[in-house]
Formats: sequence, C-alpha cells, structure tokens
Amino acid sequence: MLSKRIIPCLDVKDGRVVKGVNFVDLRDAGDPVEVAQRYDEEGADELTFLDITASHEQRKIILDVVRRTAETVFMPLTVGGGVHEVQDIRDLLNAGADKVSINTAAVSRPEFVKEAAERFGSQCIVVAIDAKRKVSSFEFRVSSSENPVPSPQPPGPLSWEVFIHGGRTPTGLDAIEWARRMESYGAGEILLTSMDRDGTKAGYDIELTRAIADAVTIPVIASGGVGTLQHIYEGLTAGGADAALAASIFHYREYTVRECKEFLAKRGVPVRI
Amino acid sequence: MNRALPFAVAAHLRHLFPVASFPAPRNNARMIAIIDYGMGNLRSVQKGFEKMGYAAEVTRDAKRIEAAPGVVLPGVGAFAACMNGLAECGLTDTVYRVVANGTPLLGICVGMQILFTESVEFGRVRGLDILKGQVVRFDPTQLDGGKIPHMGWNQLHLKRRLPHFDGIAEGSAVYFVHSYYPVPDDPAIIATTTDYGQMEFASSVQWRNIFATQFHPEKSQSIGLRILSNFGRLVQGEALAYQSLAPNP
Repeated sequence: MLSKRIIPCLDVKDGRVVKGVNFVDLRDAGDPVEVAQRYDEEGADELTFLDITASHEQRKIILDVVRRTAETVFMPLTVGGGVHEVQDIRDLLNAGADKVSINTAAVSRPEFVKEAAERFGSQCIVVAIDAKRKVSSFEFRVSSSENPVPSPQPPGPLSWEVFIHGGRTPTGLDAIEWARRMESYGAGEILLTSMDRDGTKAGYDIELTRAIADAVTIPVIASGGVGTLQHIYEGLTAGGADAALAASIFHYREYTVRECKEFLAKRGVPVRI
Repeated sequence: MNRALPFAVAAHLRHLFPVASFPAPRNNARMIAIIDYGMGNLRSVQKGFEKMGYAAEVTRDAKRIEAAPGVVLPGVGAFAACMNGLAECGLTDTVYRVVANGTPLLGICVGMQILFTESVEFGRVRGLDILKGQVVRFDPTQLDGGKIPHMGWNQLHLKRRLPHFDGIAEGSAVYFVHSYYPVPDDPAIIATTTDYGQMEFASSVQWRNIFATQFHPEKSQSIGLRILSNFGRLVQGEALAYQSLAPNP
C-alpha cells in the first residue's frame, strides 16, 4: 500500500536554515545539510528546501547546499523558490535535486510548466499554489453594510484565489481551475499552501485541501497551518492529501517526524515507519 | 565432508562473506559505470554506491561502459525521450553489448522500462526489446482513488529468493515515482511485486545478467542503499554471482 508522506520543509536563506532550529545535538543548527541528515535519521519521507534568498547573486549558494545534501541523504529532495527558467531547473537537478517547485513563474508564464515537464518529465515538476479564501458576495454584503440586507442568493460554493510573490500579489485565478490547468500542462504534483492558515498553527484549510485533491488526479501536498499532529492527520484523511508538509513543528522540536508517524499509524493512516 | 561445495552453495557463501572466506574478487579496482545520456539525476546513484564502498563513475564513453564490471542504466521522464537520448549519445548498441557480454546490468525506473519491447506512452514507442513485454499506464479505475503518478513509498513483495535482496525483508518500503509499469510476457522474470489500489505490478525484474527496478534504490534510504550494495557485491563476484542468478526451483 502506498504510504502517506511526511515532508519537513526547510526555509533556506543565503545557504542557512532560517527559523531558529533547536536540534539539541547539532554542531551547527543553521547548516541545511546537518538538519537534512537529522530529518533523514528520523524517517522523513522527503525533504523540501524553500530558497528564500533575496538577491539573485546569492542564488548559486542553494546549488551547493543541494549538492552537499544529496551526497549524504538518500531520499527525494525538492527545491523551490526562484525557479524561473529552464536553466534554473537544470542546475538544481544536476546538483542533486529530484524535483523543483514552481510558483510565481507558472502564473507569469504557464507555458513554462509545459516546457519544463516536456523537457525533464512531469515527475520532477511540482507546481506550488498559494491560495486564499474568497469572501463570497453573500458574506461581503452582510459584513460590509451597516444595515445588512439579506442576500437574494444563498452563498455560492467556497472558492479560493491564487496568490504569488510569496502571497503578496493576488492573481484573480481560481485555485481549483488553476490546479486543473497545471495538471493538464504536465505538473506531476501540487504543493498547496493556504495563505489564510500559513503561520497560524490553526490546522490546514481542510476544505481547500479536499477541493483541490478531488479536482486533480496528481498527488497533492498539504501545507500551511500545522500546529499539532492532529492537524496532519486531518489533512491526510478529511483533506484527502497524499502528503503533509510542515516546517515549524519539526523545526522547533515540538514533535519529531517519528512521533508524527507513530501518531498517524495508530489512527490507521498508512505511513512508513 | 571434505568434498568441494556445490557451485551454487559456494557462490552463496562467497556472497555472504565476500572478503573473509574467499579470494579477493577480480576487477576489484574497476568502477561501476553509470550511463550518462542526459536523463536524470545520476549523482545520487553514484553517491549511493560510493557510500556503500563501491567505486562508480558517470560516463557516456562507450568503451568505458563496455569494459566496466557492472553497468547502471538510469532513466527518468518520458520513455521516448530516454530511447532518443540513448540513440543520440550513440549508446544503444553499447547497452546491447553489455547485456550480451553477461555484465551485470542494473536498470532503474525508465531505465528498466526501456529494456522492454515497447511502451504505450504517447502511442507506441519501441523499446530495446531485450526483455519481452509491454510498458503500460496505470488504469485510474483500478487504483481505488490512488493518484497518478504513483509517487511515494510503497512495499516490495519478494517473489524469488535472489541475492539482490540479501538483507531485505519482505514488505520493505522503497521510493517510486512513475505513471507506467512493465508487464513482462514471462512472469517468471518478476523479482518483486508491489500493490497499488487493486493493481499488483512488477516492481523489479531479473533475467540473466539483468536486474531492473521500477523504484529508485538511490532514493530509498537504507533499504535502497542495501540494494545498491548487493548489486555492488554481485559485480565484484562476477562469474559466481551470475550462477546464483538462476531462478530458484
């Protein structure tokens, strides 16, 4: 049986893990390679590096991080952040990444996803979608008026809008339609982040996760909002996600990857222990 | 009992105690050749062998590949792209010669698939036709809601007792990422199967000097490294290992 995947995410800036990492016995808690090795020992199923390096000149640093990680950690490695051109993908794959995650560049030029999938294969093209709930016309009317007038229409189905530039820029794209389109363009996987939940520790947006998981036939990774192991359980069951990505609960040692998997296994979720 | 051990038993012991009990293997210093034809992440395969103590090089030099004691045929992406990549690098015949020479060959992922007769990916694409059979796409109606590609960790069911799986327990999990899988004409070459939804597909095959996996040993942590290391041991024991590759009665 195919296991549900647990994927720790490391935010890397200028070659260093940011967000204080409290691994007790690491010589250098900021070294992505050492952190990756620790997650490897704990039984993580994959690793994701999100390169949040601001300046273009520093981008080459991530290649060295990937290279050094791939020399010691033998599991799938995804790198996202700053992937805009075919050359970026080739460089990352050559350095030892197995997948790249494309976000803003997919919206700016959707054909880029198609070209990348044709060139390197769908298996290594992850499309990252940052989605935010749209306020329905019903809710808008009620909440924005001093004297709310009952809407003549019942509230429509839930919908979400795609955001880019790290969640700062709205695109007007509907997240469900966008996910379907990216699948048809050859994306091999969707990394779905709820902008409403990211950083809140209130749990994944289950309705969003379920809506996207039902809309596409490629795997969906849930992201954004994990605060407890129960949240991960919900994302993989009620949310229908194939994999769960989390950063801070693993970073700050609130739970180890192994504890997470034991929690899931006890509740009947297929995981690799 | 002081008679010579039967050949197969000797091979097995040699496999278990490659250094301590038997003379040093031939060609110890020569490197496993990982065929570089522009398809995929070859570095991890090389690093995996190196971590387990076997020298390996990534090369597209036909002479080096043919002279190597063991050869790895990797592959990711589209079946046709891999076939074209091999042809453009002038390495198609090299693969045929490696197989004909009896050199242990490890096919990985699409590197396994192209060993078969043909694929139905985007119409019909001719493969190397060394192994008889078709490469077909997962049928979404058979997967109980499972996604395509089949991506992630899934279990191996060992169908034959092969030295390639020395130290690997039934049910061990390995990493997959693929939408197509091979259906060998001769089910006897199937080494392991894996379940996905209602499907049970061939996750590795072995025939003569060929061993090929649909999963990625180089991405399968300790289980995968053990499989690479077993291949390395077979490469070092060349002639003996070849004997022990015969299917169990």
